[in-house]
Amino acid sequence: MWESFGFEFVNFYFIPGLVLGCIYALGAIGITLTFGILRFANFAHGEVMMTGAYVTWTIMAITGALFGWALHPLIAAIPSIFLMILVFFVVDRFFYKPFRKAPTIKVVMASFGMMLVIRSLVQILWGPNQITFVRGIAKPNGFIRELTGSLDMMILVPNKHFLIMAGTVVIVILLGYLLTSTRIGKAMRAVSDSPDLALVTGIDVEVVIRATWIVGGACAVAAGVFLAMDIQMLETTMGFRMLLPMFAAAILGGIGKPYGAVLGGLVIGLAEELSSYPWIGDSPLLSPGYKSGVAFSIMIVMLIVRPSGLFKGRTF
Amino acid sequence: MDQLIGYFLYFCSLLAVGGIYSLIALGLNVQWGFAGLFNVGIAGFVSIGAYTYALLTTDTSPLHYGGLGLPLAVGIVAAMIASGLISAIIGVICIRLRSDYLAIATIGIAEIIKLVLKNNSEITNGPRGINKIPRLWENFTEERFYNDWPMSWFASAETWQSIFSSLPRWWWQPCFALSIIIAVYVVYKLLEKLRLSPWGRMMTAIRENEPAAHAAGKNVTGRRIEAFILGSMIMGLAGAVLAMHLRLIEPTNTFDPSKLTFLVWVMLIAGGSGNNRGAILGSFLIWVIWSASEIVINVGIDVIGDFTNIHVGILSTRAGYLRMLLIGLLLQYILQKYPLGILPESRPTASSKT
Repeated sequence: MWESFGFEFVNFYFIPGLVLGCIYALGAIGITLTFGILRFANFAHGEVMMTGAYVTWTIMAITGALFGWALHPLIAAIPSIFLMILVFFVVDRFFYKPFRKAPTIKVVMASFGMMLVIRSLVQILWGPNQITFVRGIAKPNGFIRELTGSLDMMILVPNKHFLIMAGTVVIVILLGYLLTSTRIGKAMRAVSDSPDLALVTGIDVEVVIRATWIVGGACAVAAGVFLAMDIQMLETTMGFRMLLPMFAAAILGGIGKPYGAVLGGLVIGLAEELSSYPWIGDSPLLSPGYKSGVAFSIMIVMLIVRPSGLFKGRTF
Repeated sequence: MDQLIGYFLYFCSLLAVGGIYSLIALGLNVQWGFAGLFNVGIAGFVSIGAYTYALLTTDTSPLHYGGLGLPLAVGIVAAMIASGLISAIIGVICIRLRSDYLAIATIGIAEIIKLVLKNNSEITNGPRGINKIPRLWENFTEERFYNDWPMSWFASAETWQSIFSSLPRWWWQPCFALSIIIAVYVVYKLLEKLRLSPWGRMMTAIRENEPAAHAAGKNVTGRRIEAFILGSMIMGLAGAVLAMHLRLIEPTNTFDPSKLTFLVWVMLIAGGSGNNRGAILGSFLIWVIWSASEIVINVGIDVIGDFTNIHVGILSTRAGYLRMLLIGLLLQYILQKYPLGILPESRPTASSKT
């Protein structure tokens, strides 16, 4: 059973799907919070992910040149998070804030413009070509292989995949604590559920908005760095490629529901990878070239059947 | 003299591409300016039009499906219908939801269309694209056109050959540019008529105050879907003309969203959304700025190259992105400072003739 079916399925389809799902989940958290609290679809989110990964790579390269050893991506990501939160603040102050009272479509348009502005800035600074993020072939983690191998269920997880999954779990737990047990987290949920009611109870909306950018920015950089760790390279289009699946995840989970976004991300990631598994016969069910179509189809079906998403989010 | 002809032909191509952008902007104006529908999948609808036209009108080729060699007019009409059909599907699903969802769905459909064009190699020749697309006027010099009706009714193949060889090589360029301008004018006239018609007024009413229009018994969703389809059909027409102009289309670079979708949005916003004349003015203005900035930046790079020892190659590959950045900032500036554009929308008064 394991040899004929499980080994291939788990190691080559399920785990990569889970890893991809983790990346989508982290990106979708930011999108769903912005959508829920600021009430607009932020098209620039994917580009911030991408820029965060580029900044992380630069920090790694600088420490590598200065001290002879490069920082681990996860450590280099921490200063990058602060920088990208700053970028979010600047973008919000100069490009989104002027439209806060205007019809939301204006700010969607502004974010659509920011998407191009940020991407071309990265293309000017780092050049349009691919950059190698981490060198070498990722070997499966020896300990996990031995342990599961002795149980006749050999699982091959490279360290990078293990780190991505563990990192996502840690971030989601921290986010859960923030949203349920802290004052600002409760305020964020309140604004997301009903902005008028939140305003009446004396919640400072601007503070909540700043908190949204902080949480969204941190998750976006984490997602960007995880993605770069996974594919081991940097491209200027990688943020845009993530955008559609992340929107799909946010809509699937329900707008304004961070846990929904996490679940949605995992579902989308798994669906994309599992769609190319040979379910019927020997050939892939869906040609891998159409992978990104899966997220879109799920989103369209969701918009028809249940626009409020699995977790009963907002509909506009 | 040769230099003068060179300038004239450059002017013709500026006019042709400006006209193609005007057509797309007019289509977008129906969707955004009239109906307030936020379409960011323009590249997708244009590529549908371009590919439909290309597959129907090119000569038989082993590289892609058919090459049916149909008349050009059939290709153009089919391009409009194909674009309209795709937009009808999207419209029916997404238009009852708020504009953000339509934006996400249209950006998605553009990506899917690109995937389909890229992956179905046996139909579209995949990433290598379709070549030798017949161009209006120039196509008459091709053998399969002057050997066939209706050209063969007027003169024999030999006569046609001698006529074409007596003309300068570039004779078709001004004709092609002029035809595009005429097409823009016709579409503009029709849209103006539409804008002043009861349908156009209803669209404005729906955009400005949906509940009121709904309460007045107007079919809000139906009208919006109509506007969405009409706009996409014009984009499909523009796609067919773009395919003619380029003669070689492929799925990724030809229909680069930043150069089609984004630039067209800047054109419409700068010119004045809701105003058809504004859409045309904005298209030509931004297109001239866009082409001129290329020349200016290239001169600037040469100057930098002369005075410093920076590698010019790196600068010129990145200069294109600098243009994109500046156009992006221009959009932000216009959005904040001049949200109405150069020519603001003018509403028909109650007494104006329809």
